[in-house]
Amino acid sequence: MQNTDKPMTRWQRFKDNDIVWSFFHSPGAVIAATIATVVILACIFAPLIAPFDPFDPAQISLWDGKLPPAWVDGGQPQYLLGTDNQGRDMLSTILYGGRLSILVGLAAVCLGMVLGVTLGVVSGYVGGVTDAVIMRIADVQLTIPGILLAILINGIGRVVLPLDMRDEFAVYVVVLAIGLTDWPQFARVTRGATLVEANKEYVQAARIIGLPGWLIMLRHILPNTLRPVLVIATIGLALAIIAEATLSFLGQGIPPTTPSLGTLIRVGNEYLFSGLWWITFFPAIALVVLVFAVNLLGDWMRDALNPKLR
Amino acid sequence: MTDLLQITGLDVEFPTRRGTISAAQNVHLTVKPGEVVGLVGESGAGKSTIGNAIIGLLESPGRVSAGSILFEGDDLCLKDETAMRAIRGNRIGMIFQDPQTSLNPLMTVGAQLVETIEKTEAARGKAAEARAIELLEQVGITEAKARLRAYPHQFSGGMRQRVVIALALAGDPDLIIADEPTTALDVSIQAQILDLIKRLCRERDLGVIIVTHDIGVIANVADRVVVMYRGEVVETGDVAQILGSPRHEYTQSLIAAVPRADCKLERFSSVDYIEGGTKPFKRIDVQTHWLGKAQSHARGETAIEADHLNLSFVLQKAVLPRNRKMIKAVDDVSFKVTQGQTFGLVGESGSGKSTVARIITGLYPPDAGVVRVLGQDVSSNPKSSEARKARRAVQMIFQDPYSSLNARMKVMDIVAEPIRFYRLTSSEGETRKIVGDLLDHVGLGAQVATRYPHEFSGGQRQRISIARALASRPRILICDEPTSALDVSVQATILNLLKDLQQELGLTMLFISHDLPVIRQMCDQIAVMRNGQLCEVAEAEALFNAPKHDYSRHLLDLMPRMDLLESASE
Repeated sequence: MQNTDKPMTRWQRFKDNDIVWSFFHSPGAVIAATIATVVILACIFAPLIAPFDPFDPAQISLWDGKLPPAWVDGGQPQYLLGTDNQGRDMLSTILYGGRLSILVGLAAVCLGMVLGVTLGVVSGYVGGVTDAVIMRIADVQLTIPGILLAILINGIGRVVLPLDMRDEFAVYVVVLAIGLTDWPQFARVTRGATLVEANKEYVQAARIIGLPGWLIMLRHILPNTLRPVLVIATIGLALAIIAEATLSFLGQGIPPTTPSLGTLIRVGNEYLFSGLWWITFFPAIALVVLVFAVNLLGDWMRDALNPKLR
Repeated sequence: MTDLLQITGLDVEFPTRRGTISAAQNVHLTVKPGEVVGLVGESGAGKSTIGNAIIGLLESPGRVSAGSILFEGDDLCLKDETAMRAIRGNRIGMIFQDPQTSLNPLMTVGAQLVETIEKTEAARGKAAEARAIELLEQVGITEAKARLRAYPHQFSGGMRQRVVIALALAGDPDLIIADEPTTALDVSIQAQILDLIKRLCRERDLGVIIVTHDIGVIANVADRVVVMYRGEVVETGDVAQILGSPRHEYTQSLIAAVPRADCKLERFSSVDYIEGGTKPFKRIDVQTHWLGKAQSHARGETAIEADHLNLSFVLQKAVLPRNRKMIKAVDDVSFKVTQGQTFGLVGESGSGKSTVARIITGLYPPDAGVVRVLGQDVSSNPKSSEARKARRAVQMIFQDPYSSLNARMKVMDIVAEPIRFYRLTSSEGETRKIVGDLLDHVGLGAQVATRYPHEFSGGQRQRISIARALASRPRILICDEPTSALDVSVQATILNLLKDLQQELGLTMLFISHDLPVIRQMCDQIAVMRNGQLCEVAEAEALFNAPKHDYSRHLLDLMPRMDLLESASE
């Protein structure tokens, strides 16, 4: 117990928190968080930061197409990172594309997390046949490479949609495809944590009080299983961004008219042998930096939340 | 005689980010050859720290900041790691608390002994093996030669601790430090291990330091006692003097808190040196309070009836039922608990006493038999509304105060949960007031409601558990080893609280414990359990004065002898 009888203010308590303390005392985490924050903020505020609007036909001129970065011979100062084949400014397109990639990644992880955590808690707490059915489905799904499954779901999604809505709903289909692919990870981790928690005496106490199962799962077990879930969610975000980029690179994801990092890399790839390296190079760098920063954060979180590793 | 070990003015500190914590201050301690020194204190007193400092195994970031540890004239604090390694095992042996984890499960006992012998003595090969057999015989393991090929899991807990002792003796040390050597063992084995340690000490002229929280262990084995409190030595003296006429206030409180086996006391005398013990707290008048309503005080009726209960657990799974290996955890157990009484279930670990409690609360359904709570059958159709309603009268207090509270909920929400769920009050404001009253009543104070469980000590958490159990307005309280994870002084205050509550509210209690003196202080009727069966059910006084069943007699004989304590307090 604390010596002071006065409860601490929220801010003091926040500063006193071991995880916050650990964060400010691990340089790797601070650097990764700074990079991730800068990249993510830059992408989210793309309309305010970007020098051009890649969706505005008035600002695009095919005459400006395929210009190299500003510091290379033939580059123009207003196009810092050059332009793509359609004459769009690369920097602006990367910012807008990154925005889409992050949003798709976040939405897909949330979908996978909600689905996986729900199934995992139910599976672990109820046990028996329910547990067996849910976990076998997860096992079967894990035997298929994730990206193949995402392509499959994506393909089915497109076929089901009427032709004129395909481009409009392409983003949602991609979110669905990625989200449905990564739920087993969440389900497995949550089930493991649930099995541990369900045997603890506070859960028995809740059962003796007479609380119904759903309330015990929601109020007692769920909050105590979220730590490991948070860790996979962060790493899952990085994977989801890559999955989106892969799908788009394969031409299965987001149509080229709405740029995402994946589509930019794919478009650039076609021009790579013509010497137009910047169209694929800069989006790829942006993708690597983004994923790397998110991954570092995930690693740090795993260490900070695991008392055994500290 | 010269001192084998002499500690003077030892300070140990742990620098952390919240400032330096001093684990031991100005500790003086001496050990002579052939002498058992008991280092006694409650959790956090710094007793294990002293043991670790002697062998140079302080956990990081701990360090010795002042003082000296002279071992046969050499200061151990000045030695480097290589020199210390030569001393550990060879000159100073160590016995740890848990024999499960101090042996390597993948090596045979013989291999572990031979490895240690080859490292510490000149003996090799056959000679080392012969020495291993000799050591095992010395610690009282029969058929030592055959046992060398056995793995640790083939030994019982007590046998394993004997092997650990043999390992500690392998280097023929002059000093042995035993850190809670019997805490993880059953009473019957505890006595044997203590006798062994004492005998070895005499035979080999060893110096022994026994680190323990258990006054019973001290009374049995120690020659001299060092009492520690919050990192300081408060009293050093002869065992008879310390237990019989303690001088320091803390020692007096500590001794007063030890449950006595010879007679039943109304309450434990006030124990001043304990958290929460001195703080006068507000109590509510239960007769007029919400808590006292809906209580019937009809004594004499049957509150709990266990009728031929049976429950088996599957040890080994198999598709065909006849291939399954089952263990009978509860084997035809029947008893009745009268309202307003405390019924004790006593037995060693694995006797099935906790399983009985979990059947009665409905956590496990019985394979056969019926549980009746206040006359209502609650086990045949556990989902029926009558069974649910009857079961609300039963609440439970658990053994482990660290896992019995949800760490993500505030104390207010933990205690208010049953009140809110069953809408036992008319408004949220009333609920909050009642939770405050309950917290006052269990001795914590209403202001703790906004905190989280991790801010509390074990005893305080147990009080929160009690408040949560009371919030359902139970008529029956099941206490499953409620104090076995607590220090003895805290145990006394919790037991006092439970006694008070029982009297005020007319509660019926089912009190489960392995600790006979505690059972004697708490219970009116006692049932002795062994291997899932009831051996004997008797009135408490009758059982302690004239046990009928052989096993009851055996258990009573094994109780730690406290003659010193008892003769002094008469």
